[in-house]
Amino acid sequence: MASIKIKINGSEVTCEEGTTILQAAKSIGVDIPALCQHDDFPPKANCRVCVVEILGRKCLQTSCSTKAEEGMDIITDSAKVQKARAMNLELIFAEHIEKCGLCIWRFQCKLLKFASKYKLKLTRFEDRKGKRKTYKFANAVEIDGTQCIDCRNCIEACSVLQNINYLEMSGKGTNQEIVPTSDKTKHCILCGQCALHCPVSSAQEQAHYGEVEKLIKDENVIVVAQFAPSVRVSIGEDFGLAPGTNVTGQMVASLRKLGFDYVFDVNFGADVTTMVEAAELIDRIKNKGVLPMATSCCPAWVNYVEFYRPDLIPNLTTSRSPHIHSGGIIKTYWAQAKGIDPKKIKVISIMPCTAKKYEASRKEMKVAGNLPVDLVLTTRELSFMIKKNYIDLAKMPIEKADDPISEYSGAAAIYGASGGVMESALRTAQYMLCQSSENNLCDARIDFKEVRGVEGLKEATVNLAGLDVKVAVVNGIGNIEKVLDKIDDYHYIEVMSCPGGCIGGGGQPIPTNWEIRKKRAEGLYGHDKNCTIRKAHENKGVIGTLDWLKEKGHKLEHGVLHTKNKQKFKY
Amino acid sequence: MSNGRFSGVSAQEEVDIIFFAIFMIDILQKIEAANLRGRGGACFPVVKKWQMVKDAVAEKKFVVCNVSEGEPGVHKDKYILDYHMEEVIDGIKIALWFLNASHAYFYVNQKYYNELHHRLRNIIKDAPITIFEKDHSAGYIAGEETSALNHIEGKKVEPRLRPPFPTTNGLWGFPTLINNLETFYDVALVAKGKYKEKRFFSLGGDCLNRGVYELPENMTVAEVLRVTKNFPDFDFFVQVGGDASGIVWNAAQLEAKATGSASITVYSAIKHQPIDLIRNWAKFFKKESCGQCTPCREGTSRLVEILDAREINWEMCGDILNNLSETSFCGLGTAASIAIKSYVKNVLMEKADNRIIIPNISNEFICDCFNEY
Repeated sequence: MASIKIKINGSEVTCEEGTTILQAAKSIGVDIPALCQHDDFPPKANCRVCVVEILGRKCLQTSCSTKAEEGMDIITDSAKVQKARAMNLELIFAEHIEKCGLCIWRFQCKLLKFASKYKLKLTRFEDRKGKRKTYKFANAVEIDGTQCIDCRNCIEACSVLQNINYLEMSGKGTNQEIVPTSDKTKHCILCGQCALHCPVSSAQEQAHYGEVEKLIKDENVIVVAQFAPSVRVSIGEDFGLAPGTNVTGQMVASLRKLGFDYVFDVNFGADVTTMVEAAELIDRIKNKGVLPMATSCCPAWVNYVEFYRPDLIPNLTTSRSPHIHSGGIIKTYWAQAKGIDPKKIKVISIMPCTAKKYEASRKEMKVAGNLPVDLVLTTRELSFMIKKNYIDLAKMPIEKADDPISEYSGAAAIYGASGGVMESALRTAQYMLCQSSENNLCDARIDFKEVRGVEGLKEATVNLAGLDVKVAVVNGIGNIEKVLDKIDDYHYIEVMSCPGGCIGGGGQPIPTNWEIRKKRAEGLYGHDKNCTIRKAHENKGVIGTLDWLKEKGHKLEHGVLHTKNKQKFKY
Repeated sequence: MSNGRFSGVSAQEEVDIIFFAIFMIDILQKIEAANLRGRGGACFPVVKKWQMVKDAVAEKKFVVCNVSEGEPGVHKDKYILDYHMEEVIDGIKIALWFLNASHAYFYVNQKYYNELHHRLRNIIKDAPITIFEKDHSAGYIAGEETSALNHIEGKKVEPRLRPPFPTTNGLWGFPTLINNLETFYDVALVAKGKYKEKRFFSLGGDCLNRGVYELPENMTVAEVLRVTKNFPDFDFFVQVGGDASGIVWNAAQLEAKATGSASITVYSAIKHQPIDLIRNWAKFFKKESCGQCTPCREGTSRLVEILDAREINWEMCGDILNNLSETSFCGLGTAASIAIKSYVKNVLMEKADNRIIIPNISNEFICDCFNEY
């Protein structure tokens, strides 16, 4: 790419050909406000907030869509620009009913930031969307029409990114509205990518922090928090830390300060999942079970299978997902050890995900009449609770999660990145095969780098103790068809609905883009490398728990570790 | 039936082929020499657009003849279809041949389609031209070229982000030549050596001899009004280039040439109440806005709100109009401000102090935001 020279507010900038004015300005620290722009999508240029003046051009131009050209002379903040920008912002504001008091987005709201920065007159126009509907998808995601600013990012997320095509634009002009499709063959899989890409929290998780606050205040219950592998490398972003910074310790301290009685690490549950899944994989391969086996820890993928491809239900591993595993263990193993009535324990999972809210509420998850997980909060909801209580996570001391559900291997840590679940299972499957085989073909391989990375589809053939295992990793449900076309070619497939895996989950901090996803993944892989144990089967706590479950008999063991799925027509 | 010199070709077809070959010689040079401009309203040089599509490298190319004619007050396309349909189709064939394009779409509004499709099919015969009936509910915006492309492709009818332009990324991403019907007519005339630098003027409004007239394109508005015996003997102003997006001139500004789609609508100054006129323009654009961008979707709707209020906030009105012309996504948003701004400036405003005087309304204000026209 050739480099070109332009001028922004009088200073010369050198940038590559093809760079947009918005990107060029950002590179020299000039901040141009933008709402509909998102790095995951091609520019749509519909909010018209990022307008700038280009000398010699008749009208103002949108900097998100206009590419820098040699010799361009650009002013980003002239009186003309500021006036036009402020008017468009005011018009947008009048579409968005302020529900700031209850909004989990209020500490980071771009609209509020712009309003004070550009001294907007917010009440010049009457709110016009007061009577709009809120569409709720299961108990996980909602689109609140009263807050929508018509930027269409949610539609882009649902179609361009995820290829689910559940959201549509109905009507025209001021009547246009984001609606679920009328096509009854299409279903929302609750991935929450619409929420992750909404600039104004109109598409959002169905918030449950209020219920959690009530439980914390209730003295008759023991409230337990457990947090997912990926949350530790993303939540810091909401407190000014760089993406990928591991803040496990500060998060544990923050959770305790919020009043949770115990704080556990879902990484423990991830090691359990790996053990169960690796054993099942070997069993299926050796005993000619249904292949390929597909991971099931992504609940949006499970929804996808149940709605769109019920024929693949036998392919899903029967293993439960990590937080359901650890939730079940908390309410059985840990409850018994502590002598607490499981009914008095409330397990709250902190997840990067919106679909986990639905997964946790599935009736078939019950163990001895209790749901393993009572409520799920997204990373964003936890950030909000922490900020609301005037806690600065970044400045909290480093504390350790409570024993015994705190121990984990590096294999659990990488669960949050696309390819991580598969890599963990391969590490352990390799060990299990070596244990049972006569030959000495197994090497002590730890890293399976062929399943890492940001490609939409990763394929490899890995040799596990003499056995060639063909694997595929689907990084984002938008890439699923490539695998479904030739599903019989594989032994094992991992599917993560969100691009990047859980580190790019629908409940993660905003913004999330590929630069940030990569850094979060690096954070997890770096953590794995530094762990003293790297493989699930080396986690003594997990082995002990699994032994305990085995002793308790098949019914309980199966109840805690396995699940079943069936075709679904609606939530 | 084969009476010609080539087998399977009738004498008449043979004559057609020979004539066609003659027409095609140096077609681009002929277009350039005639200085043809697009007749859809934007007046883009035809030679440039044709050259761009020609230069684009692609497996396939398309031609679109735009006959949406959704601009109120403009009727020339219908007139041309009634009297010169053969020439129009010849123009499309010339474009197909010149670009080596695979297919053409005749994008026509429902009303014209219902009336003319039998005749059209008879003239098109087996030429690779599909008649695409524009859905009536697609509205005004469907006449905008990229919205038309979306409509043909079956997508939501709204403009596309430009660049890339249709000349390189048109129908299904292929280079596409989209011109107004009158442009294809002009091209056919140029090819046949019959082009006389004329264009079609639609005359309407408060005048006696309404209709479409073919007159020299250089005629001023005043001349057109005189020649067609429509020059009013009462206090009046005109709107030129469409009753929605056209510019408003007062009686002292008629020495200019008719712009855009060359319609001239006469308004009696007594008959038309200023607020009603302004409100009608605003309502039209509110109704026709596709809703894609903020200034047009929100702006036109707020404009109607402001104009419906008991006390009109002219300053806010001006600010919204400015945002429409400065920050809109497409030409519709920009156009939404032209009529109101130029009417206020050229008709209502007293030149000395920018004071807007609206008869019968006590609301006066001083503002320079209407000074653009």
